[in-house]
Amino acid sequence: MINIHEVEETNQMIEKENLDVRTITMGISLLDCIDSDLATLKKNIHEKIYRCAKDLVRTGEEISRDFGIPIVNKRISVTPIALIGASACHSEADFVEIAKELDAVAKEVGVNFLGGYSALVSKGMTPADELLIRSIPEALAETDVLCSSVNLGSTKTGIDMDAVRLMGSIVKQTAERTKDAPLNACSKLVVFCNAPDDNPFMAGAFHGVTEGDVVLNVGVSGPGVVKKALESCHGQSFEVVCETVKRTAFKVTRVGQLVAREASKRLGQPFGIIDLSLAPTPAIGDSVADILCEMGLEQAGAPGTTAALALLNDQVKKGGLMASSYVGGLSGAFIPVSEDQGMINAAAAGALTIEKLEAMTCVCSVGLDMIAIPGDTKDTTIAGIIADEMALGMVNAKTTACRLIPVPGKGVGDTVEFGGLLGHAPIMPVNTFSCDEFVNRGGRIPAPVHSFKN
Amino acid sequence: MQERAIITVVGKDTVGIIAKVCTFLAKEQINILDISQTIVQGYFNMMMIVDVTNLGKPFGDMAEELAGMGQKEIGVQIKAQKEEIFDSMHRI
Repeated sequence: MINIHEVEETNQMIEKENLDVRTITMGISLLDCIDSDLATLKKNIHEKIYRCAKDLVRTGEEISRDFGIPIVNKRISVTPIALIGASACHSEADFVEIAKELDAVAKEVGVNFLGGYSALVSKGMTPADELLIRSIPEALAETDVLCSSVNLGSTKTGIDMDAVRLMGSIVKQTAERTKDAPLNACSKLVVFCNAPDDNPFMAGAFHGVTEGDVVLNVGVSGPGVVKKALESCHGQSFEVVCETVKRTAFKVTRVGQLVAREASKRLGQPFGIIDLSLAPTPAIGDSVADILCEMGLEQAGAPGTTAALALLNDQVKKGGLMASSYVGGLSGAFIPVSEDQGMINAAAAGALTIEKLEAMTCVCSVGLDMIAIPGDTKDTTIAGIIADEMALGMVNAKTTACRLIPVPGKGVGDTVEFGGLLGHAPIMPVNTFSCDEFVNRGGRIPAPVHSFKN
Repeated sequence: MQERAIITVVGKDTVGIIAKVCTFLAKEQINILDISQTIVQGYFNMMMIVDVTNLGKPFGDMAEELAGMGQKEIGVQIKAQKEEIFDSMHRI
């Protein structure tokens, strides 16, 4: 039988260490909504999402009350819209129409975000893919809860450099288009290499075409819990550190597994995967950077940071994999700068640079995330940073991503406020040497050789 | 099958905490299976394992009422959570 100490430990994690289930994300296939008439397509999309997700938020809240565990977000991901709109949309404006419909139905069912305004162009773009990509600035400016992602490369296909070049401009345009809005829409736009089909986290969530009709994916969190556990390991060897992280990740993941199973039962929809990511928030003590510091670094970004993060990421996976048979999504440690107070402090102190973050992305689960850069950064420079990040993912057969936020009218030394879970960020300096000729070549970078690993 | 929950009470020790909680539970047809409690530096810390199979309302509603009573009438923090969250975390 459960004893009082175990109960206390669990409740301590929830109340003091910010343990929560970060998101229940319902993946909904829209393939059966496709129609060549735009009005019919919009109606089909609205009806299907409403029918599948109308009880999602209420069920999430009920589970939260029954177990006393916060479930912070309830979200929806849908099949990439470039596929769904391909036959009905003949202009960028047509795609924006779908974006508004998605935004409306997401608000109607009460979810925080809806992801899947996406295109998968790792080898090449169809005309529909290109239209969707070109519509992103307008679509994100005209909506509130819609998230967009573009997969630009993969280990099997290489990198579509035409799309990378285009996204450099799209990111810039998106920032310009929303420069007077309360939120810079680049915070809802991410590009990937090797994007997973079942990621429950925004902004990159979409419902892959290999998935079933409707599926529930759950993202757990808990950097605060890991940090607290490591506080008892001062001066101990790496073996003790690893064991502690693993045990903690196991416990956190088991809670996610329980919530996923319960949501699946109550909503009558199949459970997909648990994404066992350490996702920080701007709340004090809910920081991945603080974990790195707890391991013995003065600031995130100090020499040793990449090794510490590699260890953390690997142990989180090892602990979590035993706790759930279906682990997927991004699973690992997230290092978004603006959403992590420890990272913000490190960047402000000059300890953390984009180049160091790039190295860190080789061993963590995502990429250059929520990084504010000067508003006058050139399109081609943004494309160059994206290309570098995509190359890391392609060669190392892992998911990498870029969510860069050019801030119009601001430069290095300024800060930018995103609010809520998105936090705030100091604007980080970008290497200004030109890569124009390189990114303007056009074409693709071929897939890498899979042997001769050095 | 028996449906079980864990009730925890944390706060400053005072007269009648257990009495009030037990009266509430009896009214809701909740059976107490086990109680353990400690007092650390004047702070009352109790855990109850209860059977909520015969509860006549949604579990979350009862949990909210109980928490409300704890706060208003006794001045302690009371949480009611279904047992599975602890089982999941601490038992393989």
